[in-house]
Amino acid sequence: MSRFLKKLYVVLIVIFMYAPIAVMIVQSFNQSKSRGHWTGFTLEWYISLFSDESIMAALRNTLTIALLSSLIATAISLLACLAIRQMTKNTRTVVMGITNIPMLNADIVTGISMMLLFLSMGIKFGYGSILIAHITFNIPYVILNIMPRLNSLDNSCFEAARDLGASPVYAFFHVVLPDLMPGVMSGMLMAFTMSIDDFIITHFTKGAGVDTLSTKIYTEVRKGIKPEMYALSTLIFGAILILLLLLNFTKNGSRKKNKTGTNAPSILEIAP
Amino acid sequence: MKKTLSIIITVIIAVAAITACGSSDKTAESTTGSSDNQLYVYNWGEYIDPEVITMFEEETGINVVYDEYETNEIMYPKVAAGASRYDCICPSDYMIRKMIQNDLLQPLDWSRLPNATANIGKTYMEQSETFDPGNKYSIPYCWGTVGILYNTTMVDEPVDSWNILWDPKYKDNILMQDSVRDAFMIPLIMNGDSVNTTDPDELNDALLKLEEQKPLVQAYVIDEVRDKMISGESALGVIFSGEALYTAEENENLDYAIPKEGTNVWIDSWVIPKNAEHVDNAYTFLNYLARAEIAKMNFDYIYYPTPNTAAWELLDDDMKYNPIAFPDLTQYDNLQTYTYLGEDMDKTYDNLWIKLKSY
Amino acid sequence: MIRTKKIRNLFATPYLSWAIIFIIVPLVMVIWYGFTDSDGALTFANIASIARPEFMKSLGLSLLLSLISTVLCLIIAYPLCMILTEKKAGKAGVVILLFILPMWMNTLLRTMAWQTILEKTGILNIFLNFIHLPSIYIINKPQAIIIGMVYNFLPYMVLPLYTALSRIDDNVINAARDLGANKFQTFLHVTLPLSIPGIISGITMVFIPALTTFVLSQMLGGNKILLIGNIIEQEFTQAYDWHLGSGLSIILMVFIIINMVVEAAFDKSDEQ
Repeated sequence: MSRFLKKLYVVLIVIFMYAPIAVMIVQSFNQSKSRGHWTGFTLEWYISLFSDESIMAALRNTLTIALLSSLIATAISLLACLAIRQMTKNTRTVVMGITNIPMLNADIVTGISMMLLFLSMGIKFGYGSILIAHITFNIPYVILNIMPRLNSLDNSCFEAARDLGASPVYAFFHVVLPDLMPGVMSGMLMAFTMSIDDFIITHFTKGAGVDTLSTKIYTEVRKGIKPEMYALSTLIFGAILILLLLLNFTKNGSRKKNKTGTNAPSILEIAP
Repeated sequence: MKKTLSIIITVIIAVAAITACGSSDKTAESTTGSSDNQLYVYNWGEYIDPEVITMFEEETGINVVYDEYETNEIMYPKVAAGASRYDCICPSDYMIRKMIQNDLLQPLDWSRLPNATANIGKTYMEQSETFDPGNKYSIPYCWGTVGILYNTTMVDEPVDSWNILWDPKYKDNILMQDSVRDAFMIPLIMNGDSVNTTDPDELNDALLKLEEQKPLVQAYVIDEVRDKMISGESALGVIFSGEALYTAEENENLDYAIPKEGTNVWIDSWVIPKNAEHVDNAYTFLNYLARAEIAKMNFDYIYYPTPNTAAWELLDDDMKYNPIAFPDLTQYDNLQTYTYLGEDMDKTYDNLWIKLKSY
Repeated sequence: MIRTKKIRNLFATPYLSWAIIFIIVPLVMVIWYGFTDSDGALTFANIASIARPEFMKSLGLSLLLSLISTVLCLIIAYPLCMILTEKKAGKAGVVILLFILPMWMNTLLRTMAWQTILEKTGILNIFLNFIHLPSIYIINKPQAIIIGMVYNFLPYMVLPLYTALSRIDDNVINAARDLGANKFQTFLHVTLPLSIPGIISGITMVFIPALTTFVLSQMLGGNKILLIGNIIEQEFTQAYDWHLGSGLSIILMVFIIINMVVEAAFDKSDEQ
């Protein structure tokens, strides 16, 4: 009985989490353009999706901004981490405190503050301003993923490589970086995810004619969301589902105990 | 971990690349912004036939970047702060006055707008003088009234008065306008006051009336009124006249009434902001919009009465004399236009609005 | 690792300059706007305006709704995570994956789906009518916003809680049981105290976004319910009063700092 109740509980919560997604998927096959009224099955939206220039442009902006901002944030953070490690304790505390600000602060305040800055600097609002904002809020996630790895790194490997005649650059790329890689990667993926889903900060820093999927959906909410948007989301959902299932199955074959010593799936590390 | 992550990243890059190639030229320009044959248009939601823009792009080779706003109040800070530089905008009367006073607009060169000079009706130009003396800054685009859209299957009695919006029978079945001037217009008219009142007592009475109504209101919305009325989610909705014909087409049970107490009559006009970067393209576009056939195309799509008399001539007689599409304003009493009330009153209205919303 | 000060400074420069320009300066600007009026004169009026009854009401409502959502998230997530930690690693991993998956879908679109579900003529009511139950009407009411908050932020509670709970060594619990503690005592004196770090970080991750949201209240509240986030957003995007908007943002930041201080206090007491 208690086992049954436990199962039921988990199932109920999963239903709660997936009900809206199910609604989205159903709507993507609905002939009617208005929400909540089923008039018949159609694949029309999946076809018209690819000829909808505005949605495609928003998708492209979303992906390229997420990709660029996470890559740039990772590069800046990697350098920063190496430097922070060598700082005195007090400087380090101050720098880490500043680093945490965009992550702990409310999105709305971060967005507004960036908007005020761009206005006073006379920066043109558009792709560039969104990119800068995204890099800014991505950096802390990357740094916080790299720092613990760096701190647990043993300096002697690097020293040994140097003693054996490796240049510092060579030693870094062949000895230090491979050890940092999991942290770098999970930080980058986390940054990518945050960037893809961000609405609030983009809302305040975007300019004329540049939309990401989030801001596009926000304007569409008032006029009725285009069914093509549901079709796109269904495709994205399917793609991620397949990817995660593949990951999970390949993992299960060669599962080792995680570094944390828990049985938490490694996917936790890349979760936002 | 490393391997799987690199797989994910490869997939993402691939998708980005595919979408980038899929529609190469047009947006490659808009992201780099290097090629400058563009036009930034800022207009109300659902306020133009998309085909009109496509035809314009094909005809002129100008790439139109089109953004939409829901209220005059949302539009203003974007333009005033200079965050986004649009080339033509379509605000309403009182907002145009505000923009003129704050030196945000550039005077029009009417010799570059021959279609507008020839086609826009004289009466509309005269009306525009109330907010744009000398017709220096604006070209009338659409006009209309504010009224009540209602579902005849859900409303029993005839709708002819704003009072019905205070009837507890329709609790959670009323959609109010989510814009401050339009919302306050209703109780002001009901109380027999001017919609441009600056009297604190009159405004306070209006606020009390709206607060009394708030528990009955389903939501404060603008563009969403359309969908919610068509789907039968709500029985009564306050909306601009143009929506009446469109929604009636989608749901035959919908009817529209201009209440007997009076209402607001408005004009939306095109203006060119001072900081516009593509002024030549803006003139080309505005002159194109004033062509009779184009204005007719637009009317057939958005159903808002057009001040373009040449376009009106092209319509069928049914439509020309349709009392909803082109109401005979002499039949109604107490039609008022908004005027700009100055910065201090803006502040007062904002405060009243927040008071109502947090009530 | 990095020997010379010069190289350290070289590495630190990109990040530090980025942080100063895009984190510190924008915040200083918000504070500057918050403490000045439109003539640039120093004033406390913007900050003091929070005492206006309508602002107090919104702030109070925001605090109340975010508090309720946080408590609900905790109540829902705790049993779930306990059930999951009992499961085998692989199985629990799949469930956790199920929780992460929705986070990759667009937040606005998922929230919009809740509107479709909760509407008067929405899916939930169609279903209720079908099984001859009376319709419920919670859309555009605070309840709908709470559902939106719990739905959107539940994963932020589940993930840290699960990590904390799965880190508890089984032997500790077994020891407690061996020493004669019953199930409830074990939970109260062993499991619960050991999971406090997870609870605390979960609370922060739910409470702050819930407190500062303006999108959820807009989409599920029918613009009838004004949270403090909505007022700030309106001051910037409609009323065009950056001074007042910044003043209210500063108030919001004060609440975030209070939250952080409380969290730090808990962390400290936990270490001891």
